[in-house]
Amino acid sequence: MSALSRLTLTETKLFFREPLAVFFMLAFPPILLIIFGAIPSFREADPDIGGQRVIDLYVPIVVAMALAMTALSGLPQMLASYREQGVLRRMRTTPVKPGWMLGAQLLLCTAASVAVMLVLQAIGRVAFDVSLPRQAAAYLLGYLLSALSMLTLGLLIASLAPSGKGASSIGTLLFFPVMFFAGLWAPRDTMPEVLRRISDFTPLGAGVQSLQDATAGHWPQLLHLAVMAGWIIVAGGLAARYFRWE
Amino acid sequence: MAIIEVDNLVKRYGDTTAVNGVSFAVEEGEIFGILGPNGAGKTTTVECVEGLRSPDSGTIRVGGLDPRRDEDKLRDLLGVQLQESQLPEKLQVGEAMELFSSFYREPADWRKLIESLHLTDKVGTQFRRLSGGQKQRLSIALALIGNPKLAVLDELTTGLDPQARRDAWDLIEDIRARGVTIVLVTHFMEEAERLCDRLAVIDAGRVVAIDSPAGLVSAVDDRQRIRFRPSAPIDHALLTALPEVTAVERAGSQLVVTGTGDLLLAVTTTLARNKVVAADLRVEQTSLDDAFVALTGRKIDN
Repeated sequence: MSALSRLTLTETKLFFREPLAVFFMLAFPPILLIIFGAIPSFREADPDIGGQRVIDLYVPIVVAMALAMTALSGLPQMLASYREQGVLRRMRTTPVKPGWMLGAQLLLCTAASVAVMLVLQAIGRVAFDVSLPRQAAAYLLGYLLSALSMLTLGLLIASLAPSGKGASSIGTLLFFPVMFFAGLWAPRDTMPEVLRRISDFTPLGAGVQSLQDATAGHWPQLLHLAVMAGWIIVAGGLAARYFRWE
Repeated sequence: MAIIEVDNLVKRYGDTTAVNGVSFAVEEGEIFGILGPNGAGKTTTVECVEGLRSPDSGTIRVGGLDPRRDEDKLRDLLGVQLQESQLPEKLQVGEAMELFSSFYREPADWRKLIESLHLTDKVGTQFRRLSGGQKQRLSIALALIGNPKLAVLDELTTGLDPQARRDAWDLIEDIRARGVTIVLVTHFMEEAERLCDRLAVIDAGRVVAIDSPAGLVSAVDDRQRIRFRPSAPIDHALLTALPEVTAVERAGSQLVVTGTGDLLLAVTTTLARNKVVAADLRVEQTSLDDAFVALTGRKIDN
């Protein structure tokens, strides 16, 4: 087996040995969606949000939340504690670069997030009659950019945090504003104009809107694509500048 | 042929010069010790050899390679055991071995390797549940998994209990017997004396001596001391007249004779000729500890 696949397999096994991480990354988002769907008023068309149902708005929000949990708390905490324990340094003394560890972690996070996204879409469709994305290509584009912006932000946290604990604190701290503007507490359509304007410029505000647009059958707005691309370039650039193996 | 050549290595961290002009060569097949007190620059020196740090000046060749420029090739040649490096807490021994095997083009058979390290019954045990000695043995196994020609072991036995330490020593001798050249970083005198063919004594970033343990001791001081209880009084002049003897002292019922060369033979011959039996006879030789103090002006364990 090649080093990268062996490394990814090993990291996957290690991930499944952390029950708390497994719960929050894989189980919590579907549970949350089911709870939202169980609220009767969330399943009724609401004229205040253009005749949509609240549960329709929440599917992309919970998809985004799953991404944010994985990328902001799982990934940086893992990388920073590996650095702290000297795991990455130990890898440097083998023919395999520690960059492969980064690759394996990204693969694992991506696979976990995509799996959760598929489960959420399926639950929405089957249990609550939420329509599947009408523009699949646009949805994929929006999802890809959302995922990349979260993962680069996660890598930036891993670069700046002094320890695994530090990374997990920074990640948690960042999770709340990111998810607030993504509409976890009040979907974008119910936000006051000023908040929605700010939300347009946050990575998951732009991300959720793009997913929502693609679900309705439209291509995402240029503004939102540009905002996500901007976050990826800035966070990715800073992470590349400050990332250290030891 | 030298497998490692270090020439005038200098490494600074800010204002402090950790390594200040270190030179040595390690021959193929030997166990080469780097001995010195904490903070002497031992680890920095080997980290430069391992290509983990770049020297400020000086040259290093490992198997003819420049550790920084040819890092990729170096990794196949060199097995490393790092001081204070860990594995993921919940990684099992067998998984660690499989994982590290996948990093090398021609890995050793990891099952045989952990068998020789007495870890076979720990294959399914997570790293966090291993004892200190088991972690060290795993770390040695991982250093050897790539079939290296050269292994650098840094403070291998620090934190181990005496039994585990002796086991580790046996193991190192086994590894050498397989033809692996070993560089052993240590601040244990006993370990250096027991294992190393040659030693570089490093103090304050400089090499103060390179020799075999016995050579170091004799170069510093070949004085010996004999203590015994004579069965009958003996005239000190008979002993001081011997060319090997430098001093004779009485300590209670014992005589202490200090001298050089074949002191023991000279003294016992003279005693026998005078019908004196030497009871409780002990010969005290200068130890590596004494040699270290003479070389660096202080004891190692402070």
